[in-house]
Amino acid sequence: MDTNGATTSSTAGGGSTSKSSSKKHSRKPIYSRFTQQELPACKPILTPGLVIATFTIIGIIFIPLGLVSLSASEKVVEIVDRYDESCVPSNYSNDKLKFIQNPSINKSCVRTLTVPKLMKSPVFIYYQLDNYYQNHRRYVKSRSDKQLRSVSDEKSTTDCSPEDKTVDGPIVPCGLVAWSLFNDTYWFSVNSKTIEVNKHDIAWKSDKEHKFGSNVYPKNFQSGGLIGGAKLNSSVPLSKQEDLMVWMRTAALPTFRKLYGKIEQDLQANEKIQVVIQNNYNTYSFSGKKKLVLSTTSWIGGKNDFLGIAYIIVGGLCLFLAVCFILLYVIKPRPLGDPSYLSWNRSPAGHPN
Amino acid sequence: MTRGRIRARLRLSHLYTFACTRPEATEEGPHSIEGPGYSRLVHCNQPLMHKKKPFKYRSNYISTTKYNFFTFLPKALYEQFHRVANLYFLAAAIVSVTPLSPFSAVSMIAPLVFVVGLSMAKEALEDWRRFMQDIKVNSRKVKFHKGEGVFDYKSWKKLQVGDVVKVEKDQFFPADLLLLSSSYEDGICYVETMNLDGETNLKVKRALEVTLPLDEDASFKNFTGKIKCEDPNPSLYTFIGNFEYDHEVYALDPSQILLRDSKLRNTAFVYGVVIFTGHDSKVMQNATKSPSKRSRIERKMDYIIYVLFSLLLVISLVSSIGFAVKTKFDMPDWWYLQPQNTDDYYDPRKPVLSGVTHLITALMLYGYLIPISLYVSIEVVKVLQATFINQDIQMYDEETGNPAQARTSNLNEELGQVDTILSDKTGTLTCNQMDFLKCSIAGTAYGMSSSEVELAAAQQMASDLEDQDVERSTDFRQKGKQQEIELETVVIPKDEMVHKSPIKGFSFEDSRVMEGNWLNEPNADVIMLFFRILAICHTAVPELNEETGNYTYESESPDEAAFLVAAREFGFEFCKRTQSSVFVRERYSASGQTIDREFKLLNMLEFTSKRKRMTVIVRDEDGQILVLCKGADSIIFDRLSKNGRLYEEDTTRHLNEYGEAGLRTLALAYKRLGESEYSAWNNEFQEAKTTIGADRDLMLENIAEMMEKDLILVGATAVEDKLQKGVPQCIDKLAQAGLKIWVLTGDKVETAINIGYACSLLRQGMKQICITEISSDAKEVVKENILLQITNASQMIKLERDPHAAFALIIDGKTLAYALEDDVKQQFLVLAVQCASVICCRVSPKQKALVTRLVKEGTGKTTLAIGDGANDVGMIKEADIGVGISGVEGMQAVMASDFSIAQFRFLERLLVVHGHWCYKRIAQMVCYFFYKNIAFGLTLFYFEAFAGFSGQSIYDDWYMLLFNVLLTSLPVISLGVFEQDVSSEVCLQFPAVYQQGPKNLFFDWYKILGWMGNGLYSSLIIFFLNIIIFYDQAFREEGQTASMPALGTTMFTCIIWALNCQIAFTMSHFTWIQHLFIWGSIATWYLFLFVYGRLSPSISDVSTHWIIISSKRSSTTRKTSRINACGLGSDREPEKGP
Repeated sequence: MDTNGATTSSTAGGGSTSKSSSKKHSRKPIYSRFTQQELPACKPILTPGLVIATFTIIGIIFIPLGLVSLSASEKVVEIVDRYDESCVPSNYSNDKLKFIQNPSINKSCVRTLTVPKLMKSPVFIYYQLDNYYQNHRRYVKSRSDKQLRSVSDEKSTTDCSPEDKTVDGPIVPCGLVAWSLFNDTYWFSVNSKTIEVNKHDIAWKSDKEHKFGSNVYPKNFQSGGLIGGAKLNSSVPLSKQEDLMVWMRTAALPTFRKLYGKIEQDLQANEKIQVVIQNNYNTYSFSGKKKLVLSTTSWIGGKNDFLGIAYIIVGGLCLFLAVCFILLYVIKPRPLGDPSYLSWNRSPAGHPN
Repeated sequence: MTRGRIRARLRLSHLYTFACTRPEATEEGPHSIEGPGYSRLVHCNQPLMHKKKPFKYRSNYISTTKYNFFTFLPKALYEQFHRVANLYFLAAAIVSVTPLSPFSAVSMIAPLVFVVGLSMAKEALEDWRRFMQDIKVNSRKVKFHKGEGVFDYKSWKKLQVGDVVKVEKDQFFPADLLLLSSSYEDGICYVETMNLDGETNLKVKRALEVTLPLDEDASFKNFTGKIKCEDPNPSLYTFIGNFEYDHEVYALDPSQILLRDSKLRNTAFVYGVVIFTGHDSKVMQNATKSPSKRSRIERKMDYIIYVLFSLLLVISLVSSIGFAVKTKFDMPDWWYLQPQNTDDYYDPRKPVLSGVTHLITALMLYGYLIPISLYVSIEVVKVLQATFINQDIQMYDEETGNPAQARTSNLNEELGQVDTILSDKTGTLTCNQMDFLKCSIAGTAYGMSSSEVELAAAQQMASDLEDQDVERSTDFRQKGKQQEIELETVVIPKDEMVHKSPIKGFSFEDSRVMEGNWLNEPNADVIMLFFRILAICHTAVPELNEETGNYTYESESPDEAAFLVAAREFGFEFCKRTQSSVFVRERYSASGQTIDREFKLLNMLEFTSKRKRMTVIVRDEDGQILVLCKGADSIIFDRLSKNGRLYEEDTTRHLNEYGEAGLRTLALAYKRLGESEYSAWNNEFQEAKTTIGADRDLMLENIAEMMEKDLILVGATAVEDKLQKGVPQCIDKLAQAGLKIWVLTGDKVETAINIGYACSLLRQGMKQICITEISSDAKEVVKENILLQITNASQMIKLERDPHAAFALIIDGKTLAYALEDDVKQQFLVLAVQCASVICCRVSPKQKALVTRLVKEGTGKTTLAIGDGANDVGMIKEADIGVGISGVEGMQAVMASDFSIAQFRFLERLLVVHGHWCYKRIAQMVCYFFYKNIAFGLTLFYFEAFAGFSGQSIYDDWYMLLFNVLLTSLPVISLGVFEQDVSSEVCLQFPAVYQQGPKNLFFDWYKILGWMGNGLYSSLIIFFLNIIIFYDQAFREEGQTASMPALGTTMFTCIIWALNCQIAFTMSHFTWIQHLFIWGSIATWYLFLFVYGRLSPSISDVSTHWIIISSKRSSTTRKTSRINACGLGSDREPEKGP
């Protein structure tokens, strides 16, 4: 509360002392454009011209962009075949779960796909699962990236419960994600000639190089009481197990596709492709669909009309607005900077003057 | 020092009649001091006695800091977690170490630590400044009695109770002291209590008769005494104690007590004994914290936070119910989750339990709806805004060297929402510096200069004429504008012209009386008498300015100084005052030599506010006894003799003219007295003076009355209470900005009205409504009448047809007392609110505060009180915003204020420019904050619906951590600090822009909900576009499909783009800083992604390089739809400015 500050004498007629005049200079704010808030600035004003121009330009850019994407998407040839229902023998059709859980039943199943159009190499093979919550928190967290990366961290399996360890030691790879590895397999043939499926380079490069160790080998995997999905060859290091890598890259949505392999030959139009499916994976308990997908890609990836349509719609909307504003501007023009449009001039009530 | 010596030779107590010649208090005998509250015992000059208990009192060390080294952490943390939002985040951080948390612990704790740490750092810095200030005060030096009659210097903090100190002229008292003796032989001293109550006039303190001999260092060698007194308390004006000295007990009263932080003036030195030290001293006991004020926006912000909390709770509930349902019904089928082996969180057999635990998870997951960094960002922004206010060179006053100062940064945006300004007059609108402008002598008016009121009126007339000529046919509105602009250009040169007055306090111009020319005027003898009265009838003391050789005068009121300066300029220089005489150096012509005349001072009947007049009785060199009197015109006119009324008619006319011109007037009169007449009166007077008893004052007054009659009128003076520079223009602009201005003044009605005109608060053509009380004894009748007047006036306003009619309400203090009573005040307020200007005259400080409260609570609008003196403190504290004028009067108002400016005219810039900017900045900033967190937080929620409500976040923990702290914080801060919707020049030219604030156009619920809706819209677009685009298809030519990190990163990229583009749309002012922050934030995100992707996978979970390419693609889509939406909105209102 002490106020020893500048208390000036109130002596009438008394001049200010030299002390206070020297003080003056020290307290005067130093001029700079920054402190005076006078930095050079651009103040974009949304004039009709600018707005119309912006909308037009966006429209002009987006519509062609949309068209190009759309055409790219159109070029993609895609075959989708749902096989979960039809691959269950008719005598089990009422109890699919029993069928899939009985290891003694032969699960192979033959499907025939017709190629609608020429499919240029490479043709990508996907499996698509539905209603499968790979993004469930319990699922996502149930893995150990450390362990996948290096042998020395083999024992860090705290997050992996309940698939963390067996009596023989820690499970590698541990956790629910690895445990539930997809295990359907496909053989393709055209006119009884087998089509080679290339299963290399289906995983992300970074996964192979950084996330899955080349000296980490599966251990105690699928050896416990509960068998989840596929088993792994324990003599192949994880960095070569591309199916596992693909699977462990969890999908964001409950419906997802994952890359199975590549067919590195062109598929001619109207060719009939025989697919022998080992239908092992249980999606019946949660009534998830299983689909086999063959697809080519273009620069936008797989078949995706939405992107092109979205671009066209946004571009079209912009053009439409541009036109509207032009019309508005022509029909009801108003000069810029007319003070009579100022809000306080429009309503006389606000101001006493 | 000269001043002290002059005073030292005068025993002023012999001079004064009414002020300081109270009968000796000792005769009442000592107070009976017993019981609780009177336990303090001071052993004077025995320092050893106070070294240990029970007499070891608090040391004189003061500390105004909030924290100390040890308490800082707990106390500051407590302060921080007082806020609901912070508490929530603390709880979230604690839970985050359990498996319940959807995020890693660090991503919850790091932002909290950052935010709280920043706030605490600010607290620490502020406290550090206070600490440095304390150190400065504590280490001031004072002379104390070391022993054996030797005095030495010692720092304040080491001072102890019982020490004898010697305080010299113009020093502050280091503690509450008992005055023992002073350099005056009668033991009086003058004290300036500006720091205590803001009053600049000097107060007289007197020592006890018994301690008077202790007036030199050596006499304290064997001095001992005992003081028994009250315990420390905050009452400044009371003191009860006994002083035991030489085996006698004497009573002490407040007039012997010198309070800490007041200053010794006009007295060479005093000796005193320390009674209360440090925090026991009265001033420290008084140091209450001014109530912390919060701005309207901040208060509303709390409600928005509550709304968001409810939203959070709702979606958390939805989420946890969804989760419970999923867990119960669907999860048993999800074999890949091993539902049979799960812990409690996911146990399908206990869906309720998992639902409840999930609620906690969800509350944390959606915590991003609550902007954690909002408070700290606002704090940072406000501090920076305050710095801009402090640094504004256009609010720096060259004369006093004071820049504007935002003493609290809490209320910056409140400055932009002010509806009513309550202003003090003296010292705020006016300089409290009197200028001798005109006089009327012997019925002739002298003085050519015009007062500011006259100038203003002339100005008004001139511009009115011009208007009519120039544009008779143009649109009315257009005309109004033209006028404003012209006014500005015309007014500025005038200012420079007026303020060129070379002599302070003297603006008189008339060649008829200057330079000795008055000798040629018809009534030269009367004129001489007039000048002599000016030079003799006062209580001032001259002081020779050694540099210029001129005398300056130290007086109790600025009027008196103006008179003396005037007399000096007329050739009657008052140059010396002794105990019994006044010396005047008279000079009859410009070149002529001077004659020193001595006037023997016989009696002085000084000015009191009750008497309203002052009289001196002198004997001139010829032995003639003269009674010289000056006083309020009504008082003097009542006391004129029959033949003394010669000039009454003319003088009255002149007085009226002066009154209209806004000048303060006094009438001067004299009479000659015979020797015998005088001695008869004097005997009576002396007898009355020495009487002891209650009726002494009355007797003195009656006797004075006997002398002050049958006077002869000489003339009248007109002194201008100068308006501060630029006040009329400022008020004009503020009125244009739609602000209502109330002036609360202690002046009488006429003066107030004059000043009202002078500062263009009242304009020609304004209808004045005067509410006055009728003189009646019955309170009820008076009240009834006032109520009637109020109702009538309200009726009149209602019936007014002209929409441009403006009303002014004028009310005086006594009437106001009635009007402020509970049953009338509502009607009064309704009336007052309808008036453009309100002037309250003769109001007490308490009434000022009451009026402020009435306006504040009655209208619910923001009030700003501005004042400079201690009498304004109540009002300043009461108002939503208090502004202190850091000018001439004390620091009290400034200390209580939230902002201080050096001149009233800076208020315009403070409000119209800074207030407007700050309001818009903060409003937009807060809205944007809610927008950004809703846009972000909701995407998390939507994702839940796709992830079985399991509480999985789609974003990487690091993104979440950086979102509030790094990626979106700087642009919004730059919005809050640098945004200018229009430049300061436009703000000043079109003050009506200010109305956006009081009407709260940028922070009403409509706007806030609009922003929130925008957030909802953004989140929907961002989420679903991404979901659809990445649904199941490969997104690369190599055939890989999007995984969760890929989708999350893309979505996050979209959010960063959208939020930053949105803020770019919101801004209308881009300096390089905004560009840097906005585009830099986006760049930072990519940079982060790049680095994060490159890091060893032990930290990062993302493979990035591919993602960047793809994210760009979809973000373009996003961005454009954004542009789309914004364009729609903004094109509708093409530019409010011209």
